[in-house]
Amino acid sequence: MIMENILEVKGLNVAFREDRVIRDLNFNLKEKENLVIVGPNGAGKSVLLRALLNTVPHKGDVIWRKGIKIGYVPQRFLPDRDLPLSVEEFFDFKKLSIDKVHQALCSVGLHGPSILKKKIGVISSGQLQRIMIAWVMIDDPDVLLFDEPTAGIDIEGEETVYNLLAKLEKEKDLTMILITHDLNVVYKFADSVLCLNKKLVCYGTPQEALNPESLNELYGGDVKVYKHAHKHGN
Amino acid sequence: MEISIYSLIASVFVGGVAGYLGSLMITKKMTLVGDALGHVALPGMGLALYFGFNVSLGALLFLLLGILMIWYLETKTNLPTETLVGIIFVLSLSIGFLITPDLELLEALVGDIAKISVLDFWITVFTSLIVLYGVRKIYPKLMLSFVSPDIASANGISVKKYNLLYLLSIAVIVALGVKVVGSLLVGALVIVPAAAAKNLSNNMRQYVFLSVIIGMFSCVVGIIIANQIVLPTGPIVILTSVFFFVFSLIFSVDK
Repeated sequence: MIMENILEVKGLNVAFREDRVIRDLNFNLKEKENLVIVGPNGAGKSVLLRALLNTVPHKGDVIWRKGIKIGYVPQRFLPDRDLPLSVEEFFDFKKLSIDKVHQALCSVGLHGPSILKKKIGVISSGQLQRIMIAWVMIDDPDVLLFDEPTAGIDIEGEETVYNLLAKLEKEKDLTMILITHDLNVVYKFADSVLCLNKKLVCYGTPQEALNPESLNELYGGDVKVYKHAHKHGN
Repeated sequence: MEISIYSLIASVFVGGVAGYLGSLMITKKMTLVGDALGHVALPGMGLALYFGFNVSLGALLFLLLGILMIWYLETKTNLPTETLVGIIFVLSLSIGFLITPDLELLEALVGDIAKISVLDFWITVFTSLIVLYGVRKIYPKLMLSFVSPDIASANGISVKKYNLLYLLSIAVIVALGVKVVGSLLVGALVIVPAAAAKNLSNNMRQYVFLSVIIGMFSCVVGIIIANQIVLPTGPIVILTSVFFFVFSLIFSVDK
């Protein structure tokens, strides 16, 4: 029997020693759905993706539909900018023909062979992110897990990355789980949103899930301060 | 004094493969582990010298023990690897000093490749080639695991398994290397050539190639110089590799 949902998460708990990073999380993901995860720093968002990938120890059920291919773009993947690894060699890890690599780079808006010879540490963070997306998309995944970097991407770069993801989603019928800090991305992009602050704070369509109460619970002081300043500023 | 061609050739093999493995060690930023493993070899060498069997064999036994201990403690406790390695490092060094016979202590610490027998020579050459062949086969997976464990495990690579395989190959090459430069300096034979190569490389192919070449040259040039000025080979080999490193800083591609 084929599962109705592409992913079912039931009673997920992740703890590092005494520190409970994720508590009793339940949610589902349908085919072609865009789920956006929001929450403050340290809320367990990146850990959640790793638990979905089964690369951190966890309790509870993470059930993917059988035969699903998952692509994962981590938040940061280059430990050392001096690493002598060219873009071409990074693609060599996948053992693919050069044509396929060119095709994948074109699909993320990187043209020309010059980029292939560049050392991966010297290219801009925006380009690096595109390369990572191309690297993941080359395997034709059914689901894309995308962890937005906290810093280092210029505003313009960030905008185009979401345009790019939207384009890929249409072309490839992708199902996506995105982590973002930008609530605008949620409104533009999400079919459903999951607010995480160690436990589930809100979950549903952006319209039903995001309201002053849930945002206040999610971000606490930050939102209050913002509203306060706003009121007195005018 | 005449240098035996055997010792030169053996050192070329050990130096080259040590440099090759070094390119991975620098990427993983675990150079302390390389250093420490040399010291872990000392008690085994001491026992070998005391009972009169092959020092590399003695070294290997203790290296395997040390690696399994580090690996086990790493999975069973939450202590950082650096701490565990640091403790096993001083533990071995202390035991090594106590059990190595006085007369042979210096040789165990700084090595003496001139003493290599014909049998040792063949063992050294064949074992180096086996390590080279084995690591070459899994090099891309090792490299990806060390560059980004996250991506590697998301792509179905068992990072833990490859870590262990890597440590085991390090153990073998360290066991061979102690003959060339001794237990105190064998870590440098793995680390320094690759550190120099990294400064000079724009891509992986250059990096690996230069690591191997600098490892080989450090050994040959070091042994010849040491023989000319009649000083222990181990320190001179390592000084030669450090010379290459300084040279690489001057011509660094990242300046």
